[in-house]
Amino acid sequence: MATTLEQTIAHKQQSWLSRIVGTQTFWVLCAVLLACIYLSFATDSFATTKNLYNITRNVTFVAIIALGMTLVIITGGIDLSVGSVLCLCSMVLGVTMHAGYGIEVGIAAAIATALIVGAFNGVLIAYLGFPPFVVTLGMLSIARSLAMVASGNTVVFEFGPDHNLLLSLGGGAWFFGIANPVMYMIVLALLTGFVLRWTRFGRHVYAIGGNEHAATLTGVPVKPIKVAVYMISALSAGIAGIIQTGWLGAITTNIGAGLELQVIAAAVIGGANLAGGVGTAFGALVGSALIEVIRNSLGLLGINAFWQGTFIGGAIILAVLFDRIRNFRQSE
Amino acid sequence: MAVLELTNVSRHFGAIQAVNDVSFSIEPGEVVGLMGDNGAGKSTLVKMIAGNFRPSEGSMKMDGAELVLHKPVDARRHGIEIVHQDLALCNNLTAAANVFLGRELRKGVGPFSVLDYATMYRRAGEIFKELKSETRPRDLVKQMSGGQRQAVAIARTMLSEARIVLMDEPTAAISVRQVAEVLNLIRELRGKGIAVVLISHRMPDVFDVADRVIVMRRGRKVADKQIARSSPEEVTGLITGAIEQVA
Repeated sequence: MATTLEQTIAHKQQSWLSRIVGTQTFWVLCAVLLACIYLSFATDSFATTKNLYNITRNVTFVAIIALGMTLVIITGGIDLSVGSVLCLCSMVLGVTMHAGYGIEVGIAAAIATALIVGAFNGVLIAYLGFPPFVVTLGMLSIARSLAMVASGNTVVFEFGPDHNLLLSLGGGAWFFGIANPVMYMIVLALLTGFVLRWTRFGRHVYAIGGNEHAATLTGVPVKPIKVAVYMISALSAGIAGIIQTGWLGAITTNIGAGLELQVIAAAVIGGANLAGGVGTAFGALVGSALIEVIRNSLGLLGINAFWQGTFIGGAIILAVLFDRIRNFRQSE
Repeated sequence: MAVLELTNVSRHFGAIQAVNDVSFSIEPGEVVGLMGDNGAGKSTLVKMIAGNFRPSEGSMKMDGAELVLHKPVDARRHGIEIVHQDLALCNNLTAAANVFLGRELRKGVGPFSVLDYATMYRRAGEIFKELKSETRPRDLVKQMSGGQRQAVAIARTMLSEARIVLMDEPTAAISVRQVAEVLNLIRELRGKGIAVVLISHRMPDVFDVADRVIVMRRGRKVADKQIARSSPEEVTGLITGAIEQVA
């Protein structure tokens, strides 16, 4: 009797293989790979070094922010302000450097701005009980307006003494011909994945999304963690803003407009659940990749760009459909 | 010696006297059923033991020493554990993750320490075995039965050296077979010398598992008897007020 109980307890219900195959992220990854294989054969221009370089680099801006957004979504929240925060941080960086300060000062100012914005969002949400949707919707408006104030609504394209350094930071390819932004994305994704899987902070982020009340009762510091999560989200937008500034070489006050919806779409396609408690760093990358591949392929296949929204929207619904089907099967 | 002793404990909220001059003691390995109608003061009493409220008057002692609790963490440090009515479980996490929630084990040094999955799975498995519950540490809680969920919540109380476990309505919303499972879990706790305070509306459960029953009515303790010397009829009378008070 004792042995059977022991065996039951030690029994693993699923192998790691069946667990992976059961995730939405896996199927989206398959879709991305299949699309890539198909495009390699169907078009001459897809599998060229130049196109792959462009795709991987274009993915990064959405993907980096999607990493931060995934953390917010896992806690059951949402951050609509990321597009505007990206713009504000780019502008702070641009204006500071344009005024003659070095790149270190510019980046420090941009990151400080991101952290302050994130802390503001987080404190209102965690300590004052505001709905995340409302606070970040307000910030979406505030941050872009501040960017206009900071720049006088002009285009900034001269970045002072460290101009060239900034441009190579975002536009260069220092390692093996891989675009720099891609390197940043990989490092940040590994870091996010590590934090989510291996740290107490990551575990608590999932716990808050699963059952916030239970997390509170068991002594999880729910409020500080929520503030931290919104700060990380804003920080990811700030980092993306810095990199994008270096890549574009110019900042207007409309960069990042509407980006929040793409980022949320990427996170959701990659398996993050808006109800909270579910999501991974790898999923954020895969979701971003699918969106970029769809965008790129429509161009290469000669399909009218007006169709882009339909395909991306379809991908969002289709990805979540897989999850629904799996849930229906489980509940029966 | 009594593991917990309350002497003339009262608690009022403004003009409302929620708990009025209540005294009792609990021995190690004793299961005490705490019964009473809604608003009788059970929850307030338990929340004082759990460190959520401080008594307005009176004192609490643990092993003969004065017990002052400022917040729930203090109670936990003294070996007082609570199983909440809604169990406070995260459905999206594994059984082991829930058992260790808020007290995750880590390995490594300082800022480089990471979650120690292997030890947490092993320890959770050992606790489920002690509780004689067929609960797998790696399973997600959302896939579990009511009885297994109770086992996860109770397993939490066994991580540290618990002295007293307070259980709030553990059998309120589960099936008959799972009730039997939960009552067995309570017996396992008693077997380890842990005192259990079982708050319940369900007469059969209390008479099945408890050694003693304490009945509260309108903030006062109206009965404190060995189960063997009482009856469901008497307790019902005490709860409703048909019987005023028994010694």
